[in-house]
Amino acid sequence: MIEVLEAGLATSVQDTGRTGYYRYGIPPSGAVDAYSSRAANILVGNAEDAAVLECTYLGPRLRFTEPAVVAVTGADMPAQIAGEEVPGWAALRVTAGDELSFTFLRAGARAYVAVRGGIDVPEVLGSRSTYGIAGFGGHEGRTLRVGDSLVVGDSPSAPPAAEGFETPRDLRPVLARENDVRVVMGLYDDRLTDRGRADFLAAAWTLTPVADRVGFRYCGAQLEWVEREQPFGAGADPSNIVDAGYPIGSIQVPAGSEPIVLHRDAVSGGGYAMVATVISADMDVVGQSAPGTTTRFVEVDLDEALAARAHRAERLELLRWAARP
Amino acid sequence: MSTESRYTWGGDEQLVVRLSEAMSLEVNFTASAMSAELDARAIEGVSDVCPANASLLIRFDPDVCDPHQLEATVRDVERQVENATSRTLSTRIVEIPVWYDDPYTNEVAARFRDSHQRPQGNDLDFAAEINGLPDAAAFIEAHQESPWLTSMVGFVAGLPFCYQMVPHERQLQVPKYVKPRTDTPKQTVGHGGCFACIYSVRGAGGYQMFGITPAPIFEPAQTSPDFEEFMVFFRPGDIVKFRGIDEDEYRESESRAVAGDYRMRQRPVEFDLDAYLADPDATKASLMGVLSDD
Repeated sequence: MIEVLEAGLATSVQDTGRTGYYRYGIPPSGAVDAYSSRAANILVGNAEDAAVLECTYLGPRLRFTEPAVVAVTGADMPAQIAGEEVPGWAALRVTAGDELSFTFLRAGARAYVAVRGGIDVPEVLGSRSTYGIAGFGGHEGRTLRVGDSLVVGDSPSAPPAAEGFETPRDLRPVLARENDVRVVMGLYDDRLTDRGRADFLAAAWTLTPVADRVGFRYCGAQLEWVEREQPFGAGADPSNIVDAGYPIGSIQVPAGSEPIVLHRDAVSGGGYAMVATVISADMDVVGQSAPGTTTRFVEVDLDEALAARAHRAERLELLRWAARP
Repeated sequence: MSTESRYTWGGDEQLVVRLSEAMSLEVNFTASAMSAELDARAIEGVSDVCPANASLLIRFDPDVCDPHQLEATVRDVERQVENATSRTLSTRIVEIPVWYDDPYTNEVAARFRDSHQRPQGNDLDFAAEINGLPDAAAFIEAHQESPWLTSMVGFVAGLPFCYQMVPHERQLQVPKYVKPRTDTPKQTVGHGGCFACIYSVRGAGGYQMFGITPAPIFEPAQTSPDFEEFMVFFRPGDIVKFRGIDEDEYRESESRAVAGDYRMRQRPVEFDLDAYLADPDATKASLMGVLSDD
């Protein structure tokens, strides 16, 4: 059992998410930095889709009533066990009664805590991920609160990483205050003028404090739209469209000034023109961006996006090998 | 045929087919029919086929399913649907009771008046004025007078977008709030652009608010009989009939909903798009009659 002594700012149970229900408005959910979540599970010897804790900006304080093996990955948010600082990106032994706590966030936005055996909450629609807007999944459909207790599962799939093993730097994400996020242009990008399109790709966008599991809102430039008579049902503003499905990672630009990248708890559709979509490999980069981060959107084509996806999969494979005891 | 449609990639995991930039029953029908055919083909690696008002979003795993092959298949499905000789939909008609001009949505509307185009009156007064109707009562009447087609489900879990089944020039249209609200009561019947919607959960929203329904439409706990199979009630293609109710009926239905034994009034129907386009009023009359004879 894990007792929640302090909840942190927004700590939720997440796994790799649910598929098949987006047509009903139910998004995938799951860890916004999927690489770090999988890595944490690899380190403790879990299946990579086991449920972990996603801890945003400020970590929780947790007490383990039984011995456990845990790993902390993702953001640079140093962890302590029984008051002693412990390394991130490693398998850590916890004895019964120990507390796991965190100091302050140094880089990134979200830390992941995996526990050997996985966080055991009921599956809803095939996943243990929390979907807070609709109040289901995870622990009672919400972020953790003081006084909650979590059950640890009993289904590890492999031995944990050896004691003393720390994930090499080059297999951890780069957590920078300035980053490039690769995007595939498309969707309604033909609503932008050539200049609007060029400005979208040239601007240094700053992440605003409106950044959560649903979406990340940026500011920094005013984009120009093609002037026209709006099609029937689209609404009056040139950034309005007839309500359409929003891809995960799609970037909409309400009024042309504040792009929003939709993430894993995305609203599934709406009436704002989307102009590009973040590639799957860089959704983690968005997920580790804290407010104030400067981002440039870099255009790639589908083949480059697939190559980046393969590269990310290779890095995980390298970690699997490296972490073998 | 498909000269208007545009295929683009939503990153490396999604294909988006924009069938038209303008809304119409025909284009929504094409989206639904393509979605049904793609479901039937059960393509390995495709996890979600999401029909929207005038477009289609397909989510896939590129490690399992080649994106270019998928695009070729979807284009083939579009041609097949465009060439179909009959356009019929086996669906159901659902009655949604609405307490129009209710105190819950009026309270929220008053609270967010500084986000609204029209400081005086409520959203119904505004909608009546915009649509050239004498007063809110006339607007409420017009809102119930025709059936609506669920053209898309989404935004948040289980929220139906409904498209009024009348010719364009007779459609009720209302702009959204100038600034979105941070609050909307659960089960609010709203309207933005040409679409009606029913808010499935409490939360943010930008549509004008006309009333509230006691009928549950989203139930994650799945305890009531209408939710035995799935937590979401609405499906794209459902035909909706709004029926005005008074406070007494609202309270009575609400208590049944709380007790977990509210049943939605619904009947299976066949909808023929071409028959409708040939004679909208006759189709409308027959659809509206389906739920009246019991």
